[in-house]
Amino acid sequence: MQIHFAGEDALIVYLGEEASPDVSDRVQAAAAAIEAALGTALVDLVPSYASVLVIYNMLEIDHLAARQRIHAALDALETGSTREGALVKLPVFYDPEVGPDLEALADKAGLTVDEVIKIHLGTEYRVYAIGFAPGFAYLGQVDERIAAPRLTTPRQSVPRGAVAIADRQTAVYPAPSPGGWNLIGRCPQRMFDPAASPTMPVNVGDRVQFEAIDRQAFLELGGAL
Amino acid sequence: MSGFSIINPGMLSLLQDGGRYGQHRIGLTTGGPLDRFAMSWANRLVHNASDITAVEASFGGLKLESHINTLVAVTGGDQPLSINGAKKAAWRSHRVEAGDIIELGFARQFCRSYLAVHGGFQVEPDFGSTATVVREGIGGLSGRKLDSRDQLPARGTTERQCLQLNDPNRTPYQTEVTVRVLPGYQVQHFPRLEQRRFFSGIYSVTERADRMGYRLEGPAIACDIKGILSEGICMGAIQIPADGQPIVLLQDRQTIGGYPKIGSALSLDTGRLAQLMPGATVRFEPVTPHAADNLFHMAHSMHQRMTLDPVND
Repeated sequence: MQIHFAGEDALIVYLGEEASPDVSDRVQAAAAAIEAALGTALVDLVPSYASVLVIYNMLEIDHLAARQRIHAALDALETGSTREGALVKLPVFYDPEVGPDLEALADKAGLTVDEVIKIHLGTEYRVYAIGFAPGFAYLGQVDERIAAPRLTTPRQSVPRGAVAIADRQTAVYPAPSPGGWNLIGRCPQRMFDPAASPTMPVNVGDRVQFEAIDRQAFLELGGAL
Repeated sequence: MSGFSIINPGMLSLLQDGGRYGQHRIGLTTGGPLDRFAMSWANRLVHNASDITAVEASFGGLKLESHINTLVAVTGGDQPLSINGAKKAAWRSHRVEAGDIIELGFARQFCRSYLAVHGGFQVEPDFGSTATVVREGIGGLSGRKLDSRDQLPARGTTERQCLQLNDPNRTPYQTEVTVRVLPGYQVQHFPRLEQRRFFSGIYSVTERADRMGYRLEGPAIACDIKGILSEGICMGAIQIPADGQPIVLLQDRQTIGGYPKIGSALSLDTGRLAQLMPGATVRFEPVTPHAADNLFHMAHSMHQRMTLDPVND
C-alpha cells in the first residue's frame, strides 16, 4: 500500500498494480474504512481499479493528519474480511441491428457472432470503476478472445444503453455521448437516472451478469431502437 | 416568483454555486465557479454567503432584464458592465429596479465574470448543488447553459445598502500567470530533466481551454510510462498526455482518467489561470506540501478578514 500526494487537499492510496478481483476487493474495503476514519473531514472519494482518491476538507485536517488516519484505518483492515459485492443482472439484446460492430468484431476474432455473444455472456464481470460520465461503469475483465481495441475514429454519438467493448473492458452507455468503444448490443435497463433512487443499478465492487434477451423482450422492457 | 429574464445569454452563461461534492462515486464531477474568489466577492457584495447561486458569464454578451427591485454586483474578468446603457463599476453592488437592463460587454483579456443578486438565483439543486455541468446535463436550468427568454427567479430587496471592495483587495489579474504546483501522483515517473523542463518552461494557453481543463502549449514533457490504470482526478491535476503538452484539469474535469499526472495546481492559482484567454502565458512553480498548506490557510483567513465598504447608490 502506498499513499501519494494528489493535490493540496487530496491524497491517493494505491492498493495494487493491476486490475484484478483481489485488488478491487481491497479497494472497496479501503474506501469504506477511509470513509469511516475521516468522517466529516471527507469531501469526496473516488475508488477505481487499484486506487482510492481521497479529498479532504483542509479547514478540518491537513495532509499529515489525513495520512495518519488513512494509515491507521488500513492497518486495522489487514485482518478484516472483504465484502462480496451484490450480483446485478442486466438484460442485453445482442444483434447487429443495435450492435453495429458485432460482425466486424467476430470477423477479427475469427469467431461467429453467436460465439462472441456466448463468450460475452460467459463472464461474471466486476464493476472496477465509475467515471468518464455520470453512471458510466467500467466492467472487467472481458475474455481475451473478444477483447477489441477502441475504434480509430470515435462515433459522434452512441445511444443510451449501448453495450460495448474496449480492450478487456465492457460497459453500458448510461446516456447518449460520443464514444469509441465497439458496440455489440443494447440494454433496456437505465444505468443512470437522476430521478430514481438509487440513481444507478450498480456500485463499484458489484458483480454484473449479462443475460441475452430477444428483440421483443428488449422492447417490452422499455428499450428503444 | 419574479426575478430576471434573459434577453441575450452571451457566449456561455451558467448558473453556479460552490460546487457538487460527495457525488464522485456515481461519476459526477464538482462543477462550480472557475474563479471562486471572484464569485465569492460578487455574492458578498450583495450581502450573500460566498457560495450562493450566481451566474458565471464567460467571454461576454450576457444581457438581462430585472423584474424586481434589488441589488446586483459583477466581479471577475474585464467584461464591461452597463445598466440601462450607462457604464457601471465592477466590484461593487448596484441598485436595480424593475425594467432595468443589465448588460455585460465582451472580455478583452480576462474571460470569467460573475453576476450575483441579493438572496441568489432561486433554482432547485440537483444532487445537492445548483452548479451547471453541461457535459453531464446536471444542475442549473435542466443542466444547460442559459438561453434567451430563460427566467431566473430571485427575491427583491430595497433595504440593503450598496457595498464595494476596495482596489487593493481585488485579485490582480495578469496575462502572465505563475501557477504553483504540488508535485504528486506519478511525478516519480517523470525524469528529473523533464521535471526541470516543466518548471522552467514557458507555456501558452491554447484554443482548447474550457471548464473541463486548460490545454497548454510549450516544451513537451516526457514520462517513463505511457498510461496508468484509470484513477481519480482531483481539482487542478496536471495531466501529461502522449504529446507531452500539459492539461490543467478544472471544475468540469472527468472524475477518472488514465494519463500520467505530474502534480496538481493550487486552488489559489486555478482561478487566475481560468481567467486567461488563448495566447496568454503560463509558468509553473513547484511548492512543498507545507507551503501549499500555509498558502491556503493564509489566503483563506485574509479572505475572511477583508471587509467591504458602504457606498452611496
